[in-house]
Amino acid sequence: MARLSDFPEWEQRHHLDKIRDLPDFGETPFVTGPALNRRRVAIVTTSGIHLRSDRPFEIGSADYRIIPGDTPPSDLVMSHTSVNFDRSGFQEDMNVVFPLGRLRELEADGVIGSVADFHYAFMGASPIRTLEPKAGELAGLLKKDQVDAVLLTPV
Amino acid sequence: MGALGHFIERAGVPTAQISLIREQTAAIRPPRALWVPFMLGRPFGAPNEPDFQRRVLRALLALFEQSVGPVLEDFPEDAPGTSTDDGAFACPVSFARPEADSGDPANALKREIAQLRPWYDLAVKRRGRTTFGISGMSVDDAADYAVSYLGTAPKTAAAPGLSAGVALKRVCDDLKAYYYEAVAAQPGNLSPSAIEHWFWHETVAARVFFGIQQACKDSADPSLRPQPFGPLSLVPRTIYYTMVKSNGPE
Repeated sequence: MARLSDFPEWEQRHHLDKIRDLPDFGETPFVTGPALNRRRVAIVTTSGIHLRSDRPFEIGSADYRIIPGDTPPSDLVMSHTSVNFDRSGFQEDMNVVFPLGRLRELEADGVIGSVADFHYAFMGASPIRTLEPKAGELAGLLKKDQVDAVLLTPV
Repeated sequence: MGALGHFIERAGVPTAQISLIREQTAAIRPPRALWVPFMLGRPFGAPNEPDFQRRVLRALLALFEQSVGPVLEDFPEDAPGTSTDDGAFACPVSFARPEADSGDPANALKREIAQLRPWYDLAVKRRGRTTFGISGMSVDDAADYAVSYLGTAPKTAAAPGLSAGVALKRVCDDLKAYYYEAVAAQPGNLSPSAIEHWFWHETVAARVFFGIQQACKDSADPSLRPQPFGPLSLVPRTIYYTMVKSNGPE
């Protein structure tokens, strides 16, 4: 359940306060591309996951971690600073947060063109605007990897 | 999350996002979003449900085939197992609980960790992985580190440049991961709610966490000052409101 109406009143208030504090993002961009079966797909998650050998996230981290496409699930850990979401699902199966296995299956079935060589993770508890510089940098890297479909997955 | 859609697509790369809080996504108006009625932390619904995860993923990818945006669609299915996750749930087996406040919380915590060890080892073997490990310590060292904050000589961060608060948070996150992974290996296919309820109501570890928050509340080090929604956030809002704010920890 993530219907706002299912949350207790104080939890609803917390999420609605976030809306009140949102900056204005202006006009929504909308970039078209080729048919899905010719697209190259990358995952960008805000779940705070990263390679076990990489630097854990900290409060306010606004940078990203690189997750190579051949990373086995056993190399992934999570250092999101929030304690207000379920982690037991990710602990059991990374695909519930980071569906790289499912994406490979869709690639094999020809539903998508290919899976990118690199995926990326931010830590979603950071203030929204602080992510903008690194997101712009990331877009350049995604283009170099010929990515034309980015899946954004939160927790 | 929706902000990243704006930032990345503005730079020329098409995006589609999962939305967990529909109202926030509707306000941000990212290029493409699929709202899903799943619990926070599970954007693809449920673990070990590959067919279901694939349906969510295909619905998300299908948004790229729309020619006009912004797009906000609703995924029509609830996650598998959701109906049994509300209200009554199977509880994990309660072990003979060592008392955290009997004067030796370090030993109580270590006894509890030892009781859970066979289940943790089984979880690692079955899953082929563990998410324990962000503190860089063994579970026993993590226990010692956490408990030191209940006494007069709290340990300090081992790594240079790491604040005491960040180091302590990682230690506590690791301990919690150990407990969650261990208890999930027990019989009964425990729901996320059952695991959370067990951890916060039944374990010595949770009592140590509450004790740390209490002990650090007036710390001279700002990184250690616990706030329900701030830097050293160890206790989820749900638990804070239902246990701490109303009655104090059980």
